[in-house]
Amino acid sequence: MSLSSLQLCLLFSSALFCLGLMAALSRSNTILVLLGVELMLNAANVNFIAFWRYGPNPEAATGVVFVLFAIAVAAAEAAVGLALVIAIYRHQKNIRLQEATRLKG
Amino acid sequence: MMALILIALVTLASAAAAMLLRNLIHSALLLTASWAGLAAFYLWAGAEFVAFAQVLVYVGAISMVVLFAVLLTRPPQPMPVTPPNTLGRALVALITGGAVLGVFIGAIVSSPLPATAAPAPTVSVKQLGLELAGRHAGALLIVGALLTVALLGAVVLAATDREPVGASLDDVRGRPPGTPLQKSGDAP
Amino acid sequence: MNADSILERGPLLVRDWLVSFLPEPARWLAGSLLAITAVIVAFASLFALLTLIERKVLARVQNRPGPNRVGIPLTKIRLFGLGQPLADGIKMLTKEDIVPRSADRVLHFLAPVALLAFAILTFAVIPFGRHLVPVELEAGVLYFFAAGAATELAVFMAGWASRNKYSLLAAMRALAQLISYELPLLLSVVPVVMLAGTLSTTGIVERQGGWTFGLLPQWHVFTPWGAAGFAIFFVAALAESNRSPFDLPEAESELIAGHLTEYSGFKYALFFMAEYFGMCALCGMGVTLFLGGWQAPLSFLAFIPSYIWFGAKLMTLLLAFMWVRATLPRLRIDQLTRLAWKFLVPLALVNLGVAAFWSLSADWTGAVRLTRWLIAAMLLAGPFVLLGRKLTAGLAPRIYRYAT
Repeated sequence: MSLSSLQLCLLFSSALFCLGLMAALSRSNTILVLLGVELMLNAANVNFIAFWRYGPNPEAATGVVFVLFAIAVAAAEAAVGLALVIAIYRHQKNIRLQEATRLKG
Repeated sequence: MMALILIALVTLASAAAAMLLRNLIHSALLLTASWAGLAAFYLWAGAEFVAFAQVLVYVGAISMVVLFAVLLTRPPQPMPVTPPNTLGRALVALITGGAVLGVFIGAIVSSPLPATAAPAPTVSVKQLGLELAGRHAGALLIVGALLTVALLGAVVLAATDREPVGASLDDVRGRPPGTPLQKSGDAP
Repeated sequence: MNADSILERGPLLVRDWLVSFLPEPARWLAGSLLAITAVIVAFASLFALLTLIERKVLARVQNRPGPNRVGIPLTKIRLFGLGQPLADGIKMLTKEDIVPRSADRVLHFLAPVALLAFAILTFAVIPFGRHLVPVELEAGVLYFFAAGAATELAVFMAGWASRNKYSLLAAMRALAQLISYELPLLLSVVPVVMLAGTLSTTGIVERQGGWTFGLLPQWHVFTPWGAAGFAIFFVAALAESNRSPFDLPEAESELIAGHLTEYSGFKYALFFMAEYFGMCALCGMGVTLFLGGWQAPLSFLAFIPSYIWFGAKLMTLLLAFMWVRATLPRLRIDQLTRLAWKFLVPLALVNLGVAAFWSLSADWTGAVRLTRWLIAAMLLAGPFVLLGRKLTAGLAPRIYRYAT
């Protein structure tokens, strides 16, 4: 069985996605969970680039544009997410997700 | 092909190590390495602009925010393990992740994807700019608004209610010229 | 002078001649390696020279001779102290390399290496001459700032891996400074990219190629937005390369050495080398973006090879950096961040608007061109004066009191 480059790219991205998923599910540290989500976003970006590279019409550049937007949104997500982490830390003096059960500050 | 496998292995290995390590700073730095690996992948695929944007945003900015957050939120002492216990959660995560990965691999390997060995398409920066300012101009504006709102939101969320640090400086600034400082600064 | 004269192509011819001894498949690789080696050797020797020149210049400004003893050993020939960098290098190499016991050994070692590697990477896109750009990238400017942004990581690694609270605090201060000034630095570059219509460094230099009245250069610095952009770029570059008056990260006379406290011997020297490399790269970028790159300053001087003009401009900027260091006192950290966020960033944004006006009014002709200049200059001077007055209100005039 031989794999094409596109299949390799997709395998790479799915492995990355599952790594992020496992981290987001198993770790109790909020920052690591956020980083896991970030990894999943990155895996999606890899897919966009792979399909742009091997897709039927690469001259459209839609995949590249989408990845640029995804990077911008990921930056916003990271900033807000980590600000939330700091806000949680101020309330409960740690950042364990299990203990963040209150909605009221 | 070899380059792709190498890049994928390095990226995955550093990402996996980042998710397994206990030391959060090491995790963050390793994850930064894996983001750099992704930039290498984009370069390999011919998306030069995206690769540099990835380095600029992830390696330059997001890694810094993460590292700052790690340093600002260190618990005073190591916390005891709280239920639901870590092992059970890890097992559940492993099973879920493995199952999802299995589904993905099965789908990818069995699907008849075109195996074209076409030369890498090139998209010039100019073309990208025209796309962004033309067809996707609305999205670009929305992203700008989103980033501004996110910036303000992050500042509001992370800001403390304490007395601002700059207050004492404003005292100094507001005093008429020539009057001595209240607290210190005068030689006896 | 035509672009293909023997002098202009000299370095390329030397490279081709050297590579021609190798078999065909290895030539491309050997050529690239040769270019990399040439850049590293050139800038390493420039670094060695700069350490001496800087001390000489500082000494000159402060009315003292500076290092003038070390010449050729075992003789009486002193050569104005030209042997000083060599002696410093030997001293650094023979010093003991101390790693704190509780330090994170791997990161402690990696920090200077990463810093130096990123600093060298930034040289790749700078056009040193008409034909002398190591890597021709379409997104060259973006590459430059991406590689430059990664240096922050190395600073963090140095501060954290030392396991010293002073190192860590100093690293955080250094990062606050680097991140604050990254913004005006990037924003001052945006107008150039906007008006040149390209992100490639060679493209930007070529666009500054024409001559007004067949004599005067058309560099970006000779336009209102270019002058303002260059001023902002210069200040931000001073801060990005940790130069006085923004050298808070390792203020020798006040802090011990900031995030470098726990470094000694050759690792410390590597940090310094990276700092000077970063300074050279930023100056080179400034020359490329605003000062016409390798273009000659007057049309009849174009017979001198382009790389010599680039070198001369680079040295001028570096000397300006030293001059600033010798004359201005160090800022406080709150003044430093205030300058970045309340003054430079708004001005850079205004400059962006002025550049947009400049590009829209490009087809104005005749006497209207003068009003174009006037409007642009007013648009810049207004915010400059207003912001400056507001920020310095209540601070001046300052009365100094001495203990008598």
